[in-house]
Amino acid sequence: MINKDSDNLVVVDGLTFSHGERLIYDNISLSIPRGKITAILGPSGIGKTTLLRLIGGQLEPDCGHIWFDGHDVPQLSRKELFELRTRMSMLFQSGALFTELDVFDNVAFPVREHTRLPESVIQTLVMMKLEQVGLRGAHHLMPSELSGGMARRVALARATVLDPELIMYDEPFTGQDPISMGVLVSLIHSVNETLGSTSVIVSHDVHEVLSIADYVYVMADKRIIAQGSPEQLRQDQSEQIVQFLKGKPDGPVPFHYPAAPLEQQLRELAGGESAGK
Amino acid sequence: MIANALQQIGRRTFDVLATMGFAVMTYMKVVFGFSRMSVFVPLLIRQMYVVGVQSLLIILVSGLFIGMVIALQGYQVLVSYGAEGSLGPMVALSLLRELGPVVTALLFAGRAGSALTAEIGLMKATEQIASLEMMAIDPLRRVIAPRFWAGLICMPMLATIFTLVAIYGGKLVGVDWLGLDTGTYWSLMQAAVEWKQDIGSMLIKSVVFANVVTWIAVFRGYHAVPTSAGISKATTETVVQASLMVLGLDFVLTALMFG
Amino acid sequence: MDRKKQLQQRRVEIAVGLFVVMAIASIAILSVKVATWGLTGGQSTYTVYARFDNIGGLKERAPIKIGGVVIGRVASITLESQYYTPVVELRINSMYDEIAETSSASILTSGLLGEQYVGITPGFVIDDIAMLKDGDYINDTKPALVLEDMIGQFLYNQSDD
Repeated sequence: MINKDSDNLVVVDGLTFSHGERLIYDNISLSIPRGKITAILGPSGIGKTTLLRLIGGQLEPDCGHIWFDGHDVPQLSRKELFELRTRMSMLFQSGALFTELDVFDNVAFPVREHTRLPESVIQTLVMMKLEQVGLRGAHHLMPSELSGGMARRVALARATVLDPELIMYDEPFTGQDPISMGVLVSLIHSVNETLGSTSVIVSHDVHEVLSIADYVYVMADKRIIAQGSPEQLRQDQSEQIVQFLKGKPDGPVPFHYPAAPLEQQLRELAGGESAGK
Repeated sequence: MIANALQQIGRRTFDVLATMGFAVMTYMKVVFGFSRMSVFVPLLIRQMYVVGVQSLLIILVSGLFIGMVIALQGYQVLVSYGAEGSLGPMVALSLLRELGPVVTALLFAGRAGSALTAEIGLMKATEQIASLEMMAIDPLRRVIAPRFWAGLICMPMLATIFTLVAIYGGKLVGVDWLGLDTGTYWSLMQAAVEWKQDIGSMLIKSVVFANVVTWIAVFRGYHAVPTSAGISKATTETVVQASLMVLGLDFVLTALMFG
Repeated sequence: MDRKKQLQQRRVEIAVGLFVVMAIASIAILSVKVATWGLTGGQSTYTVYARFDNIGGLKERAPIKIGGVVIGRVASITLESQYYTPVVELRINSMYDEIAETSSASILTSGLLGEQYVGITPGFVIDDIAMLKDGDYINDTKPALVLEDMIGQFLYNQSDD
């Protein structure tokens, strides 16, 4: 069953992945439509980033297929994989700027590596991209001199400098103040509009994601528990979705880490103490 | 029972062979894998600066002092046999055959090796390595290869400089301080030291040590657990393992070349 | 690329360049001042042989001297298969190619405890005496003095008196 859906750039089919002994994905399937912003929502620690790495071919699934424009990513040779990766890019959570290069060189890096454009063209291209993220004036700064939000904007400029077909955002809003969050939201939106590229956002920031995504998958407990457009999700009445979207402390996802009842444990502690005396 | 044991042996052998094969392939890729010279050479020069030039000071200072100490101690022993004329050969041979390459490798492991491990480990922790991979750039070629080559080139150079400085340090103590004749110091040294055997062994040893130390340093970093505890552990392991490997291999090489 | 970056790059390149020059200079000084190349400093040589009764503590690579001047080195020491006489292969610098056949070779010691070397005393040269050529044997040899033998001899002579 080759799923060469022309509407979907990426199709994940029956994917199972485990990290050592720990099962992370249990037979999940999802598809990412071309030219749209698809979001994958879910609580922290369930391996959302892992999904992006699987799509990028950095990790291999236990079984299942990951189709990227008709290529099954886990089956590709290293060379083919590298060729495929020139068509995608990823914005890492930390920005992952190269610490020994300044802002300009960071953005110019993929261009210099993959093309042989003359320096003047690179200059123009990089400055345009920096202008787009509003940091043209900061081209000479080193990554250590940037704030977290600025670093992520530089990383966004770098990720889009070669106009990739697929941009993957790994937790782009985590740890940002409201202003830079707003800046990033509008940047992601405008990048998607101007480049016409496909975007995947992995995040747990519900409101920001719902405000820009075209289609949303909600993941929990190794599976996809809900999917649909932001409106559909807002109307969903299932307890798990409501808890996650509204941020309630207790619900199907328990507040307490599994433990013996409190009373019993206290009694044991007290018992142990009196026995010690 | 026996079949099981045989299967175990077979599987172990297979595992060992697979690991070795993988190691050899990685090595070949790092050593011969650089893509474009126009990209590689600037990276190499940058790393030679970090690995070589910045290690120069510690190499010069320790070389001077080690040469002076050998001369002082050697003189005390030799003078009681009336053989202080042999100070030159003693200083030169002990430095060329053993101390030059070994001490340089140990200092290099501590100065440059630990820095390499920490740098690469941090690049991994801050997702720089992963982001290279996602840009379809092989980190083995872009990050590891220039650092490895820099170590490979710089260590024999550092060992040579170390040895020369130490011989002059020995001359400083033996001739200028203890009053040995300059002519005796140099001419007896020259009579005792032979290019192929002694300088050659210094170069061979330091090339071998450079391979081992730099390899351990870059791969401890590359496979470090990307947390602060993981990186500090990897850095320590680099220095400990590299030093032990150098000392062990030194014995093996000495036994092969002079045994 | 802006100017500051270029300057920095230049500084790095100059430093690495200096480092390389320093290393090359070091190996050159080591080669010239500290070591000799091969047995005779890389110059061409010719080989002659000498049979000794006893070579004492002579080692390979020991110097060969005429009047204290080093003219070559011992290349190898072997035992002749028939009579078990030690044969020493002497590699002599081609510069010194006028050593008469009548010259004698002896194994001497520099100082009381020093290394042993082969001393050559040049023989007289008359018209019909040829010079040593590659592959020749020096016939007139004096064995190494072995301290124990000397002491033994000395005691023997004493008791004779």
